[in-house]
Amino acid sequence: MIAIGMEGSANKIGVGIMSHPKDGSPPQVLANIRHTYVSPPGEGFLPKDTARHHRAWVVNLVKRALKEAKVSVEDVDCICFTQGPGMGAPLQAVAIAARMLSLLWGKALVGVNHCVGHIEMGRLITGATNPVVLYVSGGNTQVIAYSSQRYRIFGETLDIAVGNCLDRFARTLHISNDPAPGYNIEQLAKQGKQLVDLPYVVKGMDVSFSGILAAIDGLAAAYGLGGSEKAREDAQASGKVQDPDNKPTRADLCFSLQETVYSMLVEITERAMAHVGSKQVLIVGGVGSNERLQEMMGIMARDRGGSVYATDERFCIDNGIMIAQAGMLAYQTGFRTPLKESSCTQRFRTDEVFVKWRED
Amino acid sequence: MADEYKPPALPAPFNNTRPAPELLTQGAEAHLYKTVSLDPSIPAALKVRPSKPYRHPILDRRLTRQRIIQEARCLSKLVREGVSVPAVLALDWEGQGGDEAGWGGAWLMMEWINGPVVRVVLEQWEAWMKKNASSLDAAQLEQENSRVRDLLRRIGKTLGGLHKAGVVHGDLTTSNLMLRLPTEGTESETSPTGVSMQGEVVLIDFGLASQSAQDEDRAVDLYVLERAIGSTHPRSEPFMEELVHGYRESHRGAVSTLKRLEDVRMRGRKRSMIG
Repeated sequence: MIAIGMEGSANKIGVGIMSHPKDGSPPQVLANIRHTYVSPPGEGFLPKDTARHHRAWVVNLVKRALKEAKVSVEDVDCICFTQGPGMGAPLQAVAIAARMLSLLWGKALVGVNHCVGHIEMGRLITGATNPVVLYVSGGNTQVIAYSSQRYRIFGETLDIAVGNCLDRFARTLHISNDPAPGYNIEQLAKQGKQLVDLPYVVKGMDVSFSGILAAIDGLAAAYGLGGSEKAREDAQASGKVQDPDNKPTRADLCFSLQETVYSMLVEITERAMAHVGSKQVLIVGGVGSNERLQEMMGIMARDRGGSVYATDERFCIDNGIMIAQAGMLAYQTGFRTPLKESSCTQRFRTDEVFVKWRED
Repeated sequence: MADEYKPPALPAPFNNTRPAPELLTQGAEAHLYKTVSLDPSIPAALKVRPSKPYRHPILDRRLTRQRIIQEARCLSKLVREGVSVPAVLALDWEGQGGDEAGWGGAWLMMEWINGPVVRVVLEQWEAWMKKNASSLDAAQLEQENSRVRDLLRRIGKTLGGLHKAGVVHGDLTTSNLMLRLPTEGTESETSPTGVSMQGEVVLIDFGLASQSAQDEDRAVDLYVLERAIGSTHPRSEPFMEELVHGYRESHRGAVSTLKRLEDVRMRGRKRSMIG
């Protein structure tokens, strides 16, 4: 069976083709294509511009994916698309394309929860059977554990997502958004040495990032580190700026921000592991491709006698195959999304999905 | 996979005490040991917060020190106010004797509570009910449910006492609630499940506690527990009302806290906005 997955809940549009062989052998990725809408430094991506980008690229990506996968339209069984959560306009742009293909080709439509897509793809790629999942991206921050056919949220952010916190700080520093602001913060943080004091906000199983963002934005302003000019100076000095007064540098701020927020994430993940008695951790979502986060999580898991499972950017960052994978699992249990119910929603909680395909 | 797990070295003086402290559980933040205090016949609980190697050392010391002191302050305040929590016996926030640098984390020694954790009690009960509920008649079923309702009501009452004393727990789960075994001579209840729900409810693990009398913090405390029960004890979840009931009766400020709880529930992020 073959599924096409279409993802466009944020600034990436992805089309993936996945095959579940009839003989029960492991699922195969036939194509995984993505295009990212990159906004200029100092700016985020606006929903209407992102939707325009997705509309312009969707046909091209579907065609290329089919070609790369060497499948014809007749071979396809279902069209899977992201139904939420995400930004409204980009979600709608991709949902319209999915509906159109479904009607045009006469294929079943399967709406997929974006978070469940991440989890299922992570499980497939890493082989983790029943892990505690840390899902961290620009729009979501959740610690999830499976229990009786739901992915239950143990802890989550009370305000903005961790990726959003990093992205917005990148805007303050005018760090490039290409390939991703978080990636560039990570590179800059490698030169940081000095740890500045930031709020550390863990409330039970939950975390909060908005106060940290305000605090570090304040520090950047106080030390005059924000803005495009400073970014240019820094780039010319190739990061070797060492202030004689031992004032923190841009790199120090990135370093401190990463150390603080990732410690918080590892802490709540560890708490969830202790609570459900699991030794596996799976990190998914765009921020999950951060190597420092993976390293910290690895140390924590090792100290608990467990192990961490992470994927690289092909599967971590939003993509089409994760939607195809989760959609296919649902499709095989008989799940369909009738055209009438195929509208998408910005608010779609992970624990709303009934996980019919798992029986443990 | 990973090698056999070895806990980190104990801070002084526990690296030298005989008999050596016995590791009971590895929580998320701390290791809990059973040891003795002053006399070999007096058991005590030793909570060690080892340094967390994944964290930056400065951040690690700051958090560990802050939390162990905070915990001790809250506990001693609650003991004074007559809330059932373990008493503080001793602590050190700059424990020595770690692997290399000498920093071995912080430790806190507390009174030993003899009894089961509520999580285990409810899990055993739910497991038994799942297997055997169909064999019970209506009266027995009602009796079983009422035992859980009673337990939740007692928990609510204890939480009321905690909040009344001006402390919020910050990490309420059923793992952080214990039942102190009744002293011998008390008649024990009988139940086909073999799971006793008797005993005084004792609150433990104040690692994330803080002093606050705000409705917001209190309501979040209750909300955290509500969600923890929902996710770990699905069969007991319908009885949450009892906990709220017990809480309401516990002190005068409870009513406004419970009103706030409604708001907190609504605020859960990305909850469906329909209806």
